[in-house]
Amino acid sequence: MDTMRGTSIEFQSITKSFGAVKAVSNLSFTVEPGVVTGFLGPNGAGKTTTLRMLLGLVRPTSGTATFAGTAYRDLPNPLTTVGTALEASSFHPGRTARNHLRVYAAAANISRERVNTVLDLVGLHDNADRRVGGYSLGMRQRLGLAYALIGDPGVLVLDEPTNGLDPEGIRWMRGFLRARAAEGRTVLVSSHQLSEVQQSVDRVVIITRGEAVYEGSLAGLESGARVRVSAADQTALAQTLSAAGAEVHQDGGVLVATGITAAEVGAAALTAGIALNLLAPEHVGLEEAFLGLVGAAPDPVDQIVPTATEAAR
Amino acid sequence: MIAAMRSETLKLVTVRLWWILALILLGYVGFTSGLLAGLFGALGNQLAASPNAPQLPLESLPSMVYSSTTAVGYVFPLILGALAVTGEFRYQTLTPTFLAEPRRGVVLAAKLVVVGVAGAIFGVIGLVASMGIGAPVLALTGNDGALGSSETWLLAVRIVLAMALWAVIGVGVGSLIPNQIASIIVVLAFTQFVEPILRFGTSIWEWTAQIGQFLPGSAGDGLVGASFFTSFGAGAAGAVSLEWWQGGLVLVAYAIVLSLAGLATSWRRDVT
Repeated sequence: MDTMRGTSIEFQSITKSFGAVKAVSNLSFTVEPGVVTGFLGPNGAGKTTTLRMLLGLVRPTSGTATFAGTAYRDLPNPLTTVGTALEASSFHPGRTARNHLRVYAAAANISRERVNTVLDLVGLHDNADRRVGGYSLGMRQRLGLAYALIGDPGVLVLDEPTNGLDPEGIRWMRGFLRARAAEGRTVLVSSHQLSEVQQSVDRVVIITRGEAVYEGSLAGLESGARVRVSAADQTALAQTLSAAGAEVHQDGGVLVATGITAAEVGAAALTAGIALNLLAPEHVGLEEAFLGLVGAAPDPVDQIVPTATEAAR
Repeated sequence: MIAAMRSETLKLVTVRLWWILALILLGYVGFTSGLLAGLFGALGNQLAASPNAPQLPLESLPSMVYSSTTAVGYVFPLILGALAVTGEFRYQTLTPTFLAEPRRGVVLAAKLVVVGVAGAIFGVIGLVASMGIGAPVLALTGNDGALGSSETWLLAVRIVLAMALWAVIGVGVGSLIPNQIASIIVVLAFTQFVEPILRFGTSIWEWTAQIGQFLPGSAGDGLVGASFFTSFGAGAAGAVSLEWWQGGLVLVAYAIVLSLAGLATSWRRDVT
C-alpha cells in the first residue's frame, strides 16, 4: 500500500460577496492530512462557493485559501496535487467517459494507462466507452471521482460525492475515503446531510449562511449535549457549574448546563457540597446538534430574540 | 502549452461535431462548385460561340469555382470555433479544464491554435470538394480546370489560410458571446444577412467602399482573391478589394481583438 502525505488546506478569512449578498463571510479553518474532514451546511450555506474559491475557479472578495501556503493556480501541476470532484454535471454528453478523462489527463501530462486504472478503480470499466449523456447520476458521480483521482493526488476535495449514489455506492465511498485518509492523504468532503458522511468523517466544519458555526471532532459536536440540573440553591449551583467551565441557562425551574457531562456536574456539586434534586443528561443526537447549529431547528430562546429586535425597529 | 494543445485536440476529435460539420461542408461546397462549374462553364461556352455577345472571363472560372470553399464554406470553421468555446460554457467543462490548467490564457491560446489548425483542415476538405467536383465538371463543359497552374495552388493555400483564420475568429466570437445559442445566431445572422447587406450598401459609393472592404467577409475575399460574389461584380463602380496579405491581416486583427475581448470578459469570470 502506498503512503502519501497530503498537504493541509488553509482557509484564511475568506469572503465572497455577490453584489450585496455575502455568500461566504470571513471563513477560516484548516483541513489536516490523514483524516476525513466533513464540510457541512445546508444547501446555499456557501460550501460550493468556498470550495470553488479554494480551487481558483471563483475569485474571493477577500482572504485566501491555500494548500500549505500555495494557491491552487500556483501549483506546478495541480491535478497531481489536488483531486477535485465538484457537481456531477461537468461533462460533454457526447464524449465517452474514457475520452473525458483522456482530455484532462493530456492537459496534465498524465498517461493513458492511468486513465484505465482510475476507470477500474471507480468501477466504470465496462461503461468507459459509452457516451456520458446516457449515464445515470451515480455513474456520473463515479466519473467525477475518477477525474479527481487521475493525478493520484495527496489532497482530495469532493463536493457532495454521495449525491445520487445508491446505499451500496455510499458504503463503497465511505470505505474509499477512509482508505485514502489512512494513506495519509488530505480528504475534504462536503455534504448538506450529516447522516451521509457521519460514518466516514473524523472532523467536521459546519457553516451556515456563509459563516462557520462549528469546527472540531464529531464527538465534540455530540458533547454539545445538555444536562438539566436543579438544587435548592440555584444561584450557588449556577456559580459552581460556571466555575467548572459549563454554560448555564435558566429554563423554567431548572438549570440547563452545556459543555459539561452529567458526571462532571455531579462531581462539581459534590465538591461544592450542593445537594442536587435533579440531574438529567439530555442526549442530543448528532443530527439534532447539527440542525440546531445550522438553524434548521431553532432553539426557542433564539427565536424570541430576533422577534424582539424586529419589534423594536 | 503543448499539453494544453493536446488536450484541446482531444476535445475536438472526441465529439461528433467536427466531422458532422466537415461532412456538411463537403456536401455543400461540392454541390455549389459543381453547380457553378456546370452553369458558368456551359454559359461561357455558349457566349464564346457568339462573338458579339458579352463574354464571361473564362480564365477566372476555375478560381471562382474553387473559391466556393470560402465563399459558401467560411461559416463552417466560424461555427466550429464558436462551438468549441461555447460548448465549454454550456456543459460546464470549463471547471475540469481550469482545474487541469488554471492559467486561463494558456487554455484560450491552445484553443485558438488547435481550432485554427482544424479550420485549415476544413479548408483542405472544402478544396477536396470544390476541386474534386468542380474540375471534372469544368472539363465536361470543355473548360480547363487549371489544376496544373501554380496560381491555382497559390489560391488553394490562401483558401486554407482563410479557413484557419475564420476558425480562430470563431473562437474569439465564442469567448465574447459564451451563450451557445446567442453565439450561433449572431454568427449566422451576421454572415448570412447583415454583412451581405452592408457589403452591398457600402459598394454604392466609393468612399463607403473604402470602409466596406474592411468588413470581415470582404477582407476574407480579399485574402482569397476570388469569390463568385465578387467575380462578376468586379466591373461595378465601387468594387474595391484589399490585397491578399492585407485581407489576411484584417482577419488576424478581428481574431486578436475578439479573443482579447473574450479573455478580458467571459474568460475571466467566476466559474460557478
